[in-house]
Amino acid sequence: MLIEDRYNTREFLAFTGASVLEDKKTVFVGTGFPIIASMLAQKTHSPKLVIVFEAGGLGPLLPELPVSVGESRTFHKAIAASSMHDAMSLSQAGYIDFGFLGAAQMDMHGNINTTVIGNHDLPQSRLPGSGGANDVASFAKKLIIIIAKQSKRTFVNNLDFLTTPGFLDGPNAREKAGLPKDTGPYRVITQLGIYGFDEKTKRLQLISLHPGVSVDEVIENSSFEIMLPNKVETSPEPTDKDLRILREEIDPAGIVLGK
Amino acid sequence: MDIIKEGKGELLGWHDPDEAREWVLQNKSRELKDKTMSAKEAVSRFVNDGDFIASGGFGHIRVSMAIVYEIIRQKKRNLAMAGKTAVHDLDVLVGAGCINKVEVAYSFGHELRGLSPASRRVVESGQCKVVAETSNAGYQWRFLAGMMGIPFIPSRNLLGTDTGNYSSCKGVKDPFSGKPINLIPAAYPDIAFIHVHRCDIYGNAQIDAILVEDFELSRCARRLIITTEEIIDNEIIRREPWKTAIPFLVVDAVVKVPHGSHPCEMPGMYYYDEDHIAEWLNLSRTQEGVDNYLSKYVFGVDSFDNYLKLCGGTKKLNYLKNRELLKEPMVAPWRK
Repeated sequence: MLIEDRYNTREFLAFTGASVLEDKKTVFVGTGFPIIASMLAQKTHSPKLVIVFEAGGLGPLLPELPVSVGESRTFHKAIAASSMHDAMSLSQAGYIDFGFLGAAQMDMHGNINTTVIGNHDLPQSRLPGSGGANDVASFAKKLIIIIAKQSKRTFVNNLDFLTTPGFLDGPNAREKAGLPKDTGPYRVITQLGIYGFDEKTKRLQLISLHPGVSVDEVIENSSFEIMLPNKVETSPEPTDKDLRILREEIDPAGIVLGK
Repeated sequence: MDIIKEGKGELLGWHDPDEAREWVLQNKSRELKDKTMSAKEAVSRFVNDGDFIASGGFGHIRVSMAIVYEIIRQKKRNLAMAGKTAVHDLDVLVGAGCINKVEVAYSFGHELRGLSPASRRVVESGQCKVVAETSNAGYQWRFLAGMMGIPFIPSRNLLGTDTGNYSSCKGVKDPFSGKPINLIPAAYPDIAFIHVHRCDIYGNAQIDAILVEDFELSRCARRLIITTEEIIDNEIIRREPWKTAIPFLVVDAVVKVPHGSHPCEMPGMYYYDEDHIAEWLNLSRTQEGVDNYLSKYVFGVDSFDNYLKLCGGTKKLNYLKNRELLKEPMVAPWRK
């Protein structure tokens, strides 16, 4: 388990999300963690990161955490307040470097379910559906996925519903389906570690463990087999400055990060 | 073009493009005339049982709640709704029993606030059916094809997924690139309602915010009700015509409703009323709670002004303005 000493797990997740982003790139963000991670990146190592919201907010300087990806905060001091057609067309045309999503259920190829648990037509549990997730995962050059609680229930062998494309059923499947070339999942972040995808099989592969987490925990908390690298790294830790920004500037009410 | 794949979702609101043109010719007046009326009149004239309806804005932003409440008050039934990121509006309408079909891009959730107890309960019991799935771009481009007067528009999303399999799209081989491509069918909602910052009596409307999908939705919907914070002179529209987001040609009714998006946000004017949304989320855990909410805030009031008084009146509205302008701190009363 992650050692919760200077920070809690949610703060660590937000920091880890920020750490995989890069300066002078575009990031198309979903609600919650992805927004917080992008805000932190912008306030630390990536001041020229351009945040894109699906409803039309392009390149805002976020004054506080937006509750929705369409509210006025998402175009506060932005370079443009346009439309969904504009944001989605720019994405489809290749202007998005990172897509960034939260998810509830994922399989070994990075495919995501946010539509339904159980049968589609008479569901056991109905979830919100794709929203812009299918679009950003189809169009973005590199997709980052945050799953706050990795477990056998969230890392599954078979999704109840494939809402959003990862590598579908493996190598070349995206291209075969007609999705844009050289796109797909890039990083998966959970409370246990950071993952990438094996080049050859397009299967989930561990990159680093968070401080205090063991390989056994990673293996125990997945229904599918996670590929292991020759050398497992340790995930970077947030500095006091990162934590101060998260707590004081980004989520002072502790809405996503907790208290 | 060979069809490679066919989604099994129900095709809502599609018309042959010539039929669509003919309908416009017969039904949409080109006359610059006063279209102002009450919400009651607009809904009774333009919303019919069984219609395919679409609400403007996005989630909890710039939503025509005055029309949503009026649809409930007039007990419209068997409506199909575009779940084009339709959240609070859809949740309340489904809870009230007005909707029995939804095509979902994003519904049944309130983003950071969590899932929607009311509409999920109705869907999980089978009383309201999800007849098709799509994505936000998928819905947006249904409207785009509709506004362009073409039967479909090609896209590169939805491919390879169950979202595509349960959509009303078809997959074909693109005759230019030879690659598989998705075809998104046009949508022509029977009625749309969109809340704007200001418009003239003819319906020429300005929106001081992201347009989200409203540029396209306003033009593809067969009937369009505009609710507005303010009515301005046509002269002001003509002075800065580049600000017109929606031209009068596509508008059927203009309804003046200050604060008409409450409890949702109106960018630049007022923020979400989180207390009110939290009250709905809490009450709507049971059908009895939904009924109590509706009898208090919808059936129990005869005007939007009286509804606003019930929600906290001037004091609350001033707070929501200050909150929108970042002069008040963030609150999250729905947080467990």
